[in-house]
Amino acid sequence: MISVQALSKNFNNIQAVDQVSFEVKPGEVLGFLGPNGAGKSTTMKMLTCFIPPTSGTAEVCGYSILENPLQVREQIGYLPESAPSYDEMLVIEFLNFVAEVRGFRGKELKKRVSIVIEMTSLGDVKNQMIDTLSKGFRQRTCLAQALIHDPPVLILDEPTDGLDPNQKHEVRSLIQNMSEERTILISTHILEEVDAVCSRAIIISDGKVVGYGTPDELMAQSMYRNSVTVSVNGADPAKLLEKFNKLDFVYSVERIANKRDDMVTMRLFPENKESIALKLEEYLFSQKIAIEQFNVNRGRLDEVFRELTN
Amino acid sequence: MIGFFPIFKRELFAYFRSPVAYVFIIIFLVANAGCTFMLGNFYNSQQASLEIFFLFHPWLYLFLIPAVGMRLWAEERRAGTGEILLTFPVRLTTTVFSKFFAGWIFIGISLFLTFPMIITVHFLGDPDNGPIITGYIGSFLMAGSYLAIASCTSAMTKNQVISFILSVVICLILVFLGWGVLNETLNTIFPVWISDLINQFSFTTHFNALRRGVIDIRDLVYFVSIIVVVLMLNVVVIESYKSS
Repeated sequence: MISVQALSKNFNNIQAVDQVSFEVKPGEVLGFLGPNGAGKSTTMKMLTCFIPPTSGTAEVCGYSILENPLQVREQIGYLPESAPSYDEMLVIEFLNFVAEVRGFRGKELKKRVSIVIEMTSLGDVKNQMIDTLSKGFRQRTCLAQALIHDPPVLILDEPTDGLDPNQKHEVRSLIQNMSEERTILISTHILEEVDAVCSRAIIISDGKVVGYGTPDELMAQSMYRNSVTVSVNGADPAKLLEKFNKLDFVYSVERIANKRDDMVTMRLFPENKESIALKLEEYLFSQKIAIEQFNVNRGRLDEVFRELTN
Repeated sequence: MIGFFPIFKRELFAYFRSPVAYVFIIIFLVANAGCTFMLGNFYNSQQASLEIFFLFHPWLYLFLIPAVGMRLWAEERRAGTGEILLTFPVRLTTTVFSKFFAGWIFIGISLFLTFPMIITVHFLGDPDNGPIITGYIGSFLMAGSYLAIASCTSAMTKNQVISFILSVVICLILVFLGWGVLNETLNTIFPVWISDLINQFSFTTHFNALRRGVIDIRDLVYFVSIIVVVLMLNVVVIESYKSS
């Protein structure tokens, strides 16, 4: 597990990370969100003992990053941003090298390397030079490197950056499969990813933690939380608007554009973000309004993100 | 010491993965032969010894060794691989020394390939093998000192060219400190002990004794301590760039 206490980092006069504290437990995938330059990578670099913190500390599996950096590094598999690896090496050579540095020898080494090649589906390119690989394969090579010692803690800095949708999906399911027995910290600025893989998320901005919770809790902060979008075929917009406005459980109504001319779409906001779906459904049914689409909004992460980081 | 050997091995093989290693070895051998036979007038000296061959090493190394050392750390920084290398559970000192030894062994291989020179002098006459052996030991140790400096300047920048120029300048100063002309000039200004002291910091001063077949423990200590001190400085340089 990871426990971070008031971690701070100054670069000259710039406060890159400011008193960041959080915890990640085994089995959890913590999403680290924030705009570029918010301090995500810097925090990760401190956790992997690549750079020392200016103040504060952190523990990884009970080892302090200040006092036991070598033990901390043994517990961590780290995928740095932009997934660097030695261009002039073959994939298999690179993985052998990493396994050897991590202390594996002989049969054990071969076993570990073939396991991670399997996990990251690198089998087809293992005898190819890293230099010649596509972005997706390079990313996976570096991910394989992070997994080689079967670490209890994974720190992945933008693991899906620059991948196509299929590759993104693969990496995400890989992360999910691994999450059961591991502690995983991933940074991203792709918000859909948070909902897809993270059990909890932290939003940081200008080095400070500004939001913390499960994806659902974060989305609950959105003004769109529990709003309902209704599309009705061939209705008179003005009349519909009037009807909806009269409802006591509806706080406000707005009409939103629809690409189809014969379709009218309205978004209804509830009082205090309460759930109104059931009441609204009953009402529409009683009024015999034929609905084409009916969507309950869980809230928008992008809007919460903007709200918290601007 | 965990991790020393794998990192050493990767670094050494990295030289041979690119054409750089072969280009370097060829230039090294050609330059050595060129200096010995053309500049040094090896045949006219009428001596079956490698003194002339070793005479040019401080000057040859001035450009060749920084070329070997410039990539050691600058390349890791540029490519971002340093972030992987330096987050392995390996002490930074171990990593610095293993990368250094890889470069040093590579230079050792190049130096070994000058063995036709030994055959040549044996063919031409009956040389004293003592100075040849001490000359090679001295040359190898001196190369190590140059390389330590190149490794250290390589850690100061992402740019290999800057790293190269920096180490050439530093090594040039260390060679010049032992230059006879400089010492004579210093003697006219300062007391003799000052110019002697300055002289003692130079590569050439310590190499010259070994080149002539004199093994003085102080010369060996000089080179080894230069290597160790500069590599410890190298560790400090890396630590400071990481934390700023």
